[in-house]
Amino acid sequence: MPKHVIDPNKWVNLYSDYLFNYTISRVNDRDIAQDLISDTFLAGLKSMKNFKGEASERTWLISILKRKIIDYYRKINSNKGKAEIRMSYINSEESEGDWLEERVADPSDKTAEDTLVNSELGDAIYDCLEKLPQKQAEVFKMKTILGYDTETICNELEITPSNLWVIIHRARTALAECMEENWF
Amino acid sequence: MKKSFLFISCEEAKHICDKAQYNEASIWEHFKLSLRLMYCRITKSYSSKNKQLSKVIETSEVKCLKAEERRRLQNQFNEALSEQQQTN
Repeated sequence: MPKHVIDPNKWVNLYSDYLFNYTISRVNDRDIAQDLISDTFLAGLKSMKNFKGEASERTWLISILKRKIIDYYRKINSNKGKAEIRMSYINSEESEGDWLEERVADPSDKTAEDTLVNSELGDAIYDCLEKLPQKQAEVFKMKTILGYDTETICNELEITPSNLWVIIHRARTALAECMEENWF
Repeated sequence: MKKSFLFISCEEAKHICDKAQYNEASIWEHFKLSLRLMYCRITKSYSSKNKQLSKVIETSEVKCLKAEERRRLQNQFNEALSEQQQTN
């Protein structure tokens, strides 16, 4: 019997944010990230019969998404990417040699290690968020990750401000506990 | 029991602490929280964990979809799902 069952009706609610966080750090464009996620869900829908249930739905969807991201980069490299490489400083005698200094790595730039740690941290946060009741996770994400103000969230979700703060408190308490077990 | 205007309960302190994470606590609330933090271990522990959580979220630069983006994604997917169900 398979360890995991597949239920596409819940994909958007359960996995879209996780997939988005994974994608945006790789493509750095919200619209493209959404297109890739949409493509991933559609591809998942078409190949549902191939899901053996050995890995979780999320892992399976991520494996599809990884291929979509690779395809996306292949596509832009073969069309537009190569044509857009420009060499500066070629015709500028005055600034000869300046490029050496300008190309020295900025110490505030992120290293591959920073990116990896952030990516793992992001995964740990999403693992904890998935354990929260849906409403709590939704309010927490809107308030903390998207930075919406209280009034906007209350209007969007039709809740009162005091209700919002109760939800936030519960979410923060559960998340802090979960992160303490898994990360700190 | 009469509510003190200066000394707050642990629950109220936690509530202010939550608001402070989003810069939504007033100066007066900050003051009352600071006062409570001087003698209440539970508030101190909560406040420390709360700050740590905020820092971790900020460091991670974690992202998520906006409500309207998720709705659009859901609508697109629902269409594909119903098409698939009709063909099956």
